[in-house]
Amino acid sequence: MSSKLSIRGVSRVFTSPKGQQTHALTPVDFEMHENDFVTILGPSGCGKSTLLRIVAGLDQPTTGQVLLDCAPVQGPGADRGMVFQSYTLFPWLTIEQNIRFGLRERLMGATEQKERSDYFINKVGLRGFEQHFPKQLSGGMQQRTAIARALANDPKMLLMDEPFGALDNQTRVLMQELLLGIWEAERKTVMFVTHDIDEAIFMANRVAVFSARPGRIKTEVAVDLPHPRHYTIKTSPEFMALKARLTEEIRTESLAADMH
Amino acid sequence: MRAQARWLLGIGFFILFFSVWAFFTLGGYVSPTFLASPVTMVQEAILLFTEFNFSHDIAMTLWRVLAGFILAALVGVPLGIAMGAHKGIEAFLEPFVSFCRYLPASAFIPLLILWAGIGELQKVLLIFIGSVFQIVLMVAVCVGAARRDLVEAAYTLGASPSGIVKRVLIPGAAPEITEILRLVLGWAWTYVIVAELIGSSSGIGHMITNSQALLNTGQIIFGIIVIGLIGLVSDFAFKALNRRLFTWSSL
Repeated sequence: MSSKLSIRGVSRVFTSPKGQQTHALTPVDFEMHENDFVTILGPSGCGKSTLLRIVAGLDQPTTGQVLLDCAPVQGPGADRGMVFQSYTLFPWLTIEQNIRFGLRERLMGATEQKERSDYFINKVGLRGFEQHFPKQLSGGMQQRTAIARALANDPKMLLMDEPFGALDNQTRVLMQELLLGIWEAERKTVMFVTHDIDEAIFMANRVAVFSARPGRIKTEVAVDLPHPRHYTIKTSPEFMALKARLTEEIRTESLAADMH
Repeated sequence: MRAQARWLLGIGFFILFFSVWAFFTLGGYVSPTFLASPVTMVQEAILLFTEFNFSHDIAMTLWRVLAGFILAALVGVPLGIAMGAHKGIEAFLEPFVSFCRYLPASAFIPLLILWAGIGELQKVLLIFIGSVFQIVLMVAVCVGAARRDLVEAAYTLGASPSGIVKRVLIPGAAPEITEILRLVLGWAWTYVIVAELIGSSSGIGHMITNSQALLNTGQIIFGIIVIGLIGLVSDFAFKALNRRLFTWSSL
């Protein structure tokens, strides 16, 4: 099977105005297949978000390149939908207008726009809130809208940068189930950055563990838990074993990060 | 604080101000040559409207302010947006505009009289010069301060650079741009009076200069109060418009 996404020798060095260099990523090689749900797990500041931003085209790699369906990524585009950790809904647009943003940008007909946005508003359970402004909604609802907005665009890939990081614990768990449910139904290729081990295992079929800065992929762990996954799976022995293993991996990295 | 209490306090100061004024003038503590009493002022005001066609002066001043201000907005807002959106345009224009901003508009009056005579054009141009550079710079700053993550989100949704300007930068900055215009309109009022003090045959500023020659402080004070009132009304109108157009920003 050919790769959906192929990250080849991607590294990133940030140079400060004073000429100081920070190695955020040492060359990373990584392959993703169609319908993969990969979580990138690592301590904070390890460069995992940098890798995601490079895949999104929002940042340029210092070396290497990213190929999506064999074509090199040159910059940001509608084929890679992104959900950010910060709330990035356009505050001047209603929920429905936010979801239609990308559709309007590519000049889709109004009826089709409406159909698609209605479909995804239902998917994320926001019926009745179409005409609200983002500020009138809770954080969880805003992130649900952001997911719907990204999905409505029908991207080849969904990139998620700790999208539930700012939410309280209960909401985060519900959001994980919602996203997983959507993924089980729609089958998207998803790259999901997180520092939450439970989240990483629960959502993914593969977890890529990042090392401390300068970041690289230290290990890959396959998650062979059956779908559809119910939240009770988090207390199963298989889940616990994975969690114990990843906790150990992350712990060494966090300690290493602390040394610097 | 409740809205009602705010109103009462706000009006309270006006009442206090007028009482102090009335106390000193009507009580004979200040010579009427230097400061007219509120009563004299009201009498003079009635005279101004009935005998001296003051409404025409007000209309002339209003039209000058609006013409100069609208012209400045039409030029300044798009230029400011262009500067805020494109680093190249900003680097090209910013030093010049910053320089112009500190040129005192009133110092241009002799030149403007030379170029445009003492007609309407000269007054409108003075207000234009006084307002346009301020608008350009402030709009450029506010557009340039657009939220980076919103711009990035728009890019990942497939927006083109022109789409970013039209659908992210402009709508995001719009409430602040109206605030800037509200502020600059206030300054435009000070320029129009300066413009009318020199080489003018109508307008509130002209009436004030005339009254000075006649030592009619009642009329001068009334002229100033009229300017204040019009400023207050236009300020309220702008705020109300802002609230209506941009409900989202005050949520």
